[in-house]
Amino acid sequence: MREKRRGMATIQFANPPQIYAWAAVGGKKESQGPLSHAFDMLFPDTMCGEKTWEQAEMHLQKCAIYTAANKCDMPVERLDLLMSGDLLGQCAASGYTARGCKVPYAGLYGACSTMAESLALASCMVDGGFVETVCACASSHFCTAERQYRFPLAYGGQRTPTAQWTTTGAGACILGPAKDGASVRVTHATLGKVQDYGITDANNMGAAMAPAAHDTIRTLLSDTGTHPEDYDGIYTGDLGEVGSRLLCELFERDGIDLTQVHQDCGTMLFDSHQDAHAGASGCGCSASVLCAVLLDELLEGKQKRIVFAGTGALMSPTTVQQGESVPGICHAVVLESGKGTN
Amino acid sequence: MDYVKAFLVGGVICALSQILIDRTKLTPARILTAYVVAGVVLTAIGVYGPLVEWAGAGASVPLFGFGYTLAEGVKSAISSDGVLGIFLGGTKAAAGGITAAVLFGLLTALIFKPADKS
Amino acid sequence: MELTPKEYQSMVEKASDPSPLWKDMVVAFLSGGAICLFGQLILNGWKNTGLEQKDAAAATSITLIAIAALLTGMHLYDKIAKHAGAGTLVPITGFSNSIASAALEFKSEGLILGTAAKMFTIAGPVLVFGISSSVLYGVILYLAGMF
Repeated sequence: MREKRRGMATIQFANPPQIYAWAAVGGKKESQGPLSHAFDMLFPDTMCGEKTWEQAEMHLQKCAIYTAANKCDMPVERLDLLMSGDLLGQCAASGYTARGCKVPYAGLYGACSTMAESLALASCMVDGGFVETVCACASSHFCTAERQYRFPLAYGGQRTPTAQWTTTGAGACILGPAKDGASVRVTHATLGKVQDYGITDANNMGAAMAPAAHDTIRTLLSDTGTHPEDYDGIYTGDLGEVGSRLLCELFERDGIDLTQVHQDCGTMLFDSHQDAHAGASGCGCSASVLCAVLLDELLEGKQKRIVFAGTGALMSPTTVQQGESVPGICHAVVLESGKGTN
Repeated sequence: MDYVKAFLVGGVICALSQILIDRTKLTPARILTAYVVAGVVLTAIGVYGPLVEWAGAGASVPLFGFGYTLAEGVKSAISSDGVLGIFLGGTKAAAGGITAAVLFGLLTALIFKPADKS
Repeated sequence: MELTPKEYQSMVEKASDPSPLWKDMVVAFLSGGAICLFGQLILNGWKNTGLEQKDAAAATSITLIAIAALLTGMHLYDKIAKHAGAGTLVPITGFSNSIASAALEFKSEGLILGTAAKMFTIAGPVLVFGISSSVLYGVILYLAGMF
């Protein structure tokens, strides 16, 4: 029954699904960052010509999905399934984007870990033979997140050094059964357990998520019998500077040195002078870094095998006000380059 | 001289408040609420009145001053209107500020457009 | 070895940079002081037009609130406040900013259910507890006056 299961919680795909195409879309701050050259589309006006911030986020998702589909000559209407998520209440940006796509849709919520979650589940759907082509997508928008979780945009507040900046961006991947050896494949997926070490500071998300990242990555490594040095990079989603520091310390306690291969999408997206404090966050952070940079590097063979570990904080504005601590989650997928591995 | 006093007293109140922002987990709404209530209390025990007298805008412009206005309003209304002053005095004295905040807030929403932060 | 939440908490405290308190305090002192000095200028200006002390103080509040709302609409208040911290939060201008910014932000949900209903999301507690505590003070004063 569990022939595709390895160890505690890892799925090993019998026929690793291939990622045919991907696209990354970003906003203004992203266009001023160090990765701006790698985006498929950038919107210097983050309203994207729409009337509300929520519509703007839907626009970002739509652009990511259609651009990715275009790249592999796949009309969006021919997709068997769209699996997407975002940070808004009721996953509104994804649901409304799916309204226009007219394909079967499964909405996902994994907070900022959504891209890894959708990749993992989409791969399961492909490997299980349930779908032929599936789109995995995630988005976030600074303005929709601010007004939902924090303060009005024009409110004069001060951000703490541990606070992170929600990415305005989206990433989309089109997956299906492996066709040719040269592209990127998803070989393993580890769905994580929710971890809560009692962090109540909603301005220190990295700290709330680091234990989840530690648990999931450690599980993945032990389930697959691999070590950090077996990977060209272990990329966490949006731990930021504080969370990254804590993740490496947690591994140090296990006697594992993660510092050589670990990178965090949240610290890659913005420069230190961009006033993002501890780094970027949001579903769009790991989604856009994956689709702008990491997948391209795998395709070109610059990286052979990486872990992409999306991290999320599963609180809501209501539970935070009620004094609950912030539970963290992390989902990881192993991505392999088709080049030089066979 | 009253400019120097206003600058110094207002500056010191704000600098001390920064400790609350940086070293406690108090949200701005909690800090502001605490300040208004503290303004009422400090006025009631007779501390804030003399400070406003001495420092002028340095004491009346920080949000303590809003509490001072409410408390002073209640006090003088009770002496003129009796028990009804408890209800009338506070908001009557603060009417200008409250009305201005509502009106200019509404106008801001009508005139301006939301914009992204950079 | 299992990590306890308490151990993790101390790891987090070590890993998290604290806010630069002294620098923040200096900026708050200068900006807050400047706003109060500006308030004094307005106050003296209103007094020169012949207003009594009490009316001049009310007129000063109204003026400062209007200016802060204007700066909020022009998206300048938040840019200043990012550096000024308590310097722009604690003066009455911060109260005005919290109302005007919410009014503007929720305009997209309509003038009634958005702007008007959410205008006081941040400033509402200030009025509720400010007015209530003044009433309490009034009750105490009144009772004390009866004996």
